[in-house]
Amino acid sequence: MTIADQLPVLPIILPLVLAPFAILLRNGRAAHVFAVVVCGAAFAFCAMLLARVTAEGVISYALGDWAPPIGIEYRVDLANALVMLLVSGVATLAAAFSYASIRTEIDDRQLPLFYAAFMICMTGLLGVTVTGDAFNVFVFLEISSLSTYALVALGARVDRRALTAAFNYLVMGTLGATFFVIGLGLIYQATGTLNMADIRAQLSAGPPGAMPNSMVEAAFAFILVGMGLKAAAFPMHLWMPNAYAYAPSAVSAFIAAASTKVAVYVLIRFTFTIFGSDFDFIDAMLTYVLTPIALAGMFFASIVAVFQEDVKRMLAYSSVGQIGYMLLGISFGTEAGLQASLIHIFNHGLMKSALFMAVACVMLRLGVHTCSGFHGLTKRMPFTAAAFIFSGLSLVGVPLTVGFVSKWYLLQAAFDAGRPWAGFLIVASSLIAVVYVGRVIELILLRDPPSEGLLANDVDGNPVREAPLSMLIPMWVLVGANIYFGLRTDLTAEIAGRAAAALMGGAQ
Amino acid sequence: MRDEHLILRVVMKVLFAPIILFAFYVQFHGDYGPGGGFQAGVIFAVAFILHGLIYGVAATKRAMPQGVLSALMSIGLLLYTGTGALTMLLGRNLLAYDALAPNSTHHAGQHWGILIVEFGVGMTVAATMLTIFYHFSSREPEIRDEDW
Repeated sequence: MTIADQLPVLPIILPLVLAPFAILLRNGRAAHVFAVVVCGAAFAFCAMLLARVTAEGVISYALGDWAPPIGIEYRVDLANALVMLLVSGVATLAAAFSYASIRTEIDDRQLPLFYAAFMICMTGLLGVTVTGDAFNVFVFLEISSLSTYALVALGARVDRRALTAAFNYLVMGTLGATFFVIGLGLIYQATGTLNMADIRAQLSAGPPGAMPNSMVEAAFAFILVGMGLKAAAFPMHLWMPNAYAYAPSAVSAFIAAASTKVAVYVLIRFTFTIFGSDFDFIDAMLTYVLTPIALAGMFFASIVAVFQEDVKRMLAYSSVGQIGYMLLGISFGTEAGLQASLIHIFNHGLMKSALFMAVACVMLRLGVHTCSGFHGLTKRMPFTAAAFIFSGLSLVGVPLTVGFVSKWYLLQAAFDAGRPWAGFLIVASSLIAVVYVGRVIELILLRDPPSEGLLANDVDGNPVREAPLSMLIPMWVLVGANIYFGLRTDLTAEIAGRAAAALMGGAQ
Repeated sequence: MRDEHLILRVVMKVLFAPIILFAFYVQFHGDYGPGGGFQAGVIFAVAFILHGLIYGVAATKRAMPQGVLSALMSIGLLLYTGTGALTMLLGRNLLAYDALAPNSTHHAGQHWGILIVEFGVGMTVAATMLTIFYHFSSREPEIRDEDW
């Protein structure tokens, strides 16, 4: 058996095995280098995995040699390979980015623990994505959530509100996980299996009209609410703005890009591969539940974002709105809509992570993440300012950036699905994004940097300098990715298109 | 001072070893009956928690320092995942314990595998339980940074 056969499990097991070593290292610098290497290796494995799935089709891996559906199966297709690539890629860049920023925000002795939790968080998110076993999703979801609570709470040294934010997140996250596992219990009761493909087979089997019964429908409702909480879908998003705002800056850059996207992916997986849109109740759910939730999120959260004084909170509310776009794509129930959703999962990860990194650079030098720190940023930190502007424009959806690609495919899907009004609403809510991003860009470009007061100098009282290269390089790699994938749309769009076709094909 | 709570002190000393013994019984009998690493780890930690309740947390921390616990936590997890990695190195899938004894006719590898994995679980759970107890019982408003 070669390394190629072990490929599906390597990105998960490698960080999980090596995370305890980071604690045993007992040195922040060493743990940082170690985490970057491990995350980078996971990213390399994910890239190899994606290449292999693109070439050969679905890969199935039986854990412990127990054949599915008895044993746990890791099942990699294009949809989860794409999400895994995003998660591990952003994790690598955020790990590389983090050192200069995190050592000013937490105690030096906590650094090894921070990097261990970071790696375990990535393991959990990758595990949720890779697995083909419904209960395994729950296990990995808890692994990632528990480490995320700890990571968010680490922000307490800078701002004590991180503790209540983490606690809120813990309560809401646990509620979500409980709902999810109740849903799984009902499915298990109804079908007698936890393997995703087998659940699908059991739901399709039997005499006509036997499935779905009300138990299966209730199961889906529980799973929808549970994952909606984890994905911070409006109106279940209330834990999210504070958690993102008061977490350490580097943590925000990672979880904003990865964790909610993974929950949306799970929702897609359950809706289309396990239940399937050929069930009437799924169709009804898409039209009457998901569409209003998506639209309300797009508008409500975006409007709230306009009035935020704290840039990290603004970005968090914007994330709720962007989750709305992803759910809207799903709610069309068409292949094109699903493709647009998957594209936006990937693209939004790239832009939001870059934006949070820019805020982290400002936080490092000025010690604040409110709008006041951004006054005249071009004159003080030109590269950070440029990164914020480029990725902000990407968030709005300006041509030549990934945001435009997402919006374009979403609009196309809306018109194809016979819902042109949804297309107009997408454009209208994008205009709100113009307002909240434009507001900060106006401060960056047109205002003068404050010449007196606390923000005239950096946190040490020296003139404000540009952020260190160790932060600028990962940030600009992401900004570069924002533009590269905006120009080379065939990469994401083609993979997402084929993934969507495969997901929908699972329903037939 | 020595005479205070004499009965509690004596009973605790009598009970300590049997609790540990019972923990190991639950640990290693978990293959055949109810039990396993998680329960055993909790029972193991209970012996020390009892010690802490009667002699004070400071005395327990001298007997079982926090640094040792942090190491035990990591090593337990490493035992678990390391077993999985070992089976991969031996050319089988992750956690395919049969690779540990490939020539066995009665899947002896499965026994060895689950024994090691459960031992790792027990170690991590015991260390984590005690750590939680230390942190809750210490009166400081914050966990001291040296305790990490």
